[in-house]
Amino acid sequence: MCGIVGLFLKDKSLEPKLGEMLTDMLITMTDRGPDSAGIAVYGDDTEGRAKLTLQAADPGVTFTGLEGALKDAIGVDVSMRLKDTHAVLDLPEDKISDVRAALKELRPDARVMSAGETIEIYKEVGLPGDVAERFDIPKLTGTHGIGHTRMATESAVTTLGAHPFSTGADQCLVHNGSLSNHNSLRRKLAREGVMTETENDTEVAAAYLTWKMQNGSSLGEALEAGIDDLDGFYTFVVGTKDGFGVVRDPIACKPAVMAETDQYVAFGSEYRALVSLPGIEDAKVWEPEPATVYFWSH
Amino acid sequence: MQTFDLGGKGLRALHEELYALNGTTNSTAWEVVNTKGAHAIACGLDAPIEVTVRGSTGYYCGGMNQQATVIVDGSAGPGTGENMMSGKIIIEGDASQYLGATAHGGLIVVKGNASSRCGISMKGVNIVVQGNIGHMSGFMAQSGNVVVLGDAGEAMGDSCYEARFFVRGEVKSLGADCEKKEMRPEHIAFLEEILAEAGFDAKPEEFTRYGSARNLYNFDVDNAGDY
Repeated sequence: MCGIVGLFLKDKSLEPKLGEMLTDMLITMTDRGPDSAGIAVYGDDTEGRAKLTLQAADPGVTFTGLEGALKDAIGVDVSMRLKDTHAVLDLPEDKISDVRAALKELRPDARVMSAGETIEIYKEVGLPGDVAERFDIPKLTGTHGIGHTRMATESAVTTLGAHPFSTGADQCLVHNGSLSNHNSLRRKLAREGVMTETENDTEVAAAYLTWKMQNGSSLGEALEAGIDDLDGFYTFVVGTKDGFGVVRDPIACKPAVMAETDQYVAFGSEYRALVSLPGIEDAKVWEPEPATVYFWSH
Repeated sequence: MQTFDLGGKGLRALHEELYALNGTTNSTAWEVVNTKGAHAIACGLDAPIEVTVRGSTGYYCGGMNQQATVIVDGSAGPGTGENMMSGKIIIEGDASQYLGATAHGGLIVVKGNASSRCGISMKGVNIVVQGNIGHMSGFMAQSGNVVVLGDAGEAMGDSCYEARFFVRGEVKSLGADCEKKEMRPEHIAFLEEILAEAGFDAKPEEFTRYGSARNLYNFDVDNAGDY
């Protein structure tokens, strides 16, 4: 199964409540997948600054003294917010690749969950309610966000197998479904130099989109190409710095409901996920068409 | 009318009350409120009662229904009316995928659109949709009727048996072994009756009938190599 929720705010007055609204929506979807949960939130955009969200199995060891270590190694000032197993580094935008390279040397066990100007991704094994509490998700503010709760089918229940997957700077992907050609596609991407870390099918879809975009496709074009190249069942929700998109496979057996009002565009695997949103009674509610790319941006 | 607060008392309590009715009381009109898209509302009913569900529903509303009339005053989630035996389901909004799957009898009326796989493997139910139906509708449908006042999506009636499809608008494509058929007087008469029962004003002559070409009924030895 798996459950997906997404919220794209048009009304700025709702931005302080983004984390709270997404958390409520995701908890409602708990019985669609109790294995792991994750959330991507697009927060403040500070000119010239960027964020790296890291995860570590032993955060006490991995993150202690990291700011100083980065300063000593490459002379970059970073500030760090610790959240349970995750840490968000705030750093100059032009230093992202330097910091990522340095992290490989300094803290090889730190995993990059997301990188970009506004995105933060938090994900862990456990129920949505527990994961949200560990990372204080209800307090997060932002313009849009995506949440996922996983019922694992194609690979193990691990933090790295949880969604969302990062597909590039400020981009992420969540998936309900299963891909049947992910092993062959993983080998093809490896030959192209695009490496994946896990046995997970969705990670391959994320890597595929990244590869397409590295070769000049827009996100929309990459998703269109995916309809031909990704074999299996999927409802994907993708996030970018400016917006979010939805695409379902041509068979479209994985459920999807959308709602739009003057205040927001919302996605839910089921209508249940949307019932607490303001003005839902009068919202335009519909199911996205199969093999059709939908996109909303600010 | 009896009003039941689903959010307060829960689904099990609703069904306990509805199952206790056996047609011998005067409590025949029920209203379920505070539904919040819940699953399996008014499933397995077996009494001549009328249940109006206020708000949109989740999976399987009205499933396995016998005798009862279930009205969804909103949109209905996946699998609504699955395996219905008799009675009626009226959906004021849209219906999600596999509406009336495997249903044996009764009538399902959708005032909006029905999504993909409408009437999949149906076994005798009548489904009347005022709007459009989605792709793969009537897949392996065995008997009963799908009446569509709007358009039908891709691969309608794929591998169907003796179910009949009446579509007023366009059919995007027909599935394997489904073909257009002539409208005979008995089909016009059937449509007049079912459209009246559903409460829709449409001319039977405007519909086109589709059904099985019956080529898949028997094994064709020329296809032996494909297996």
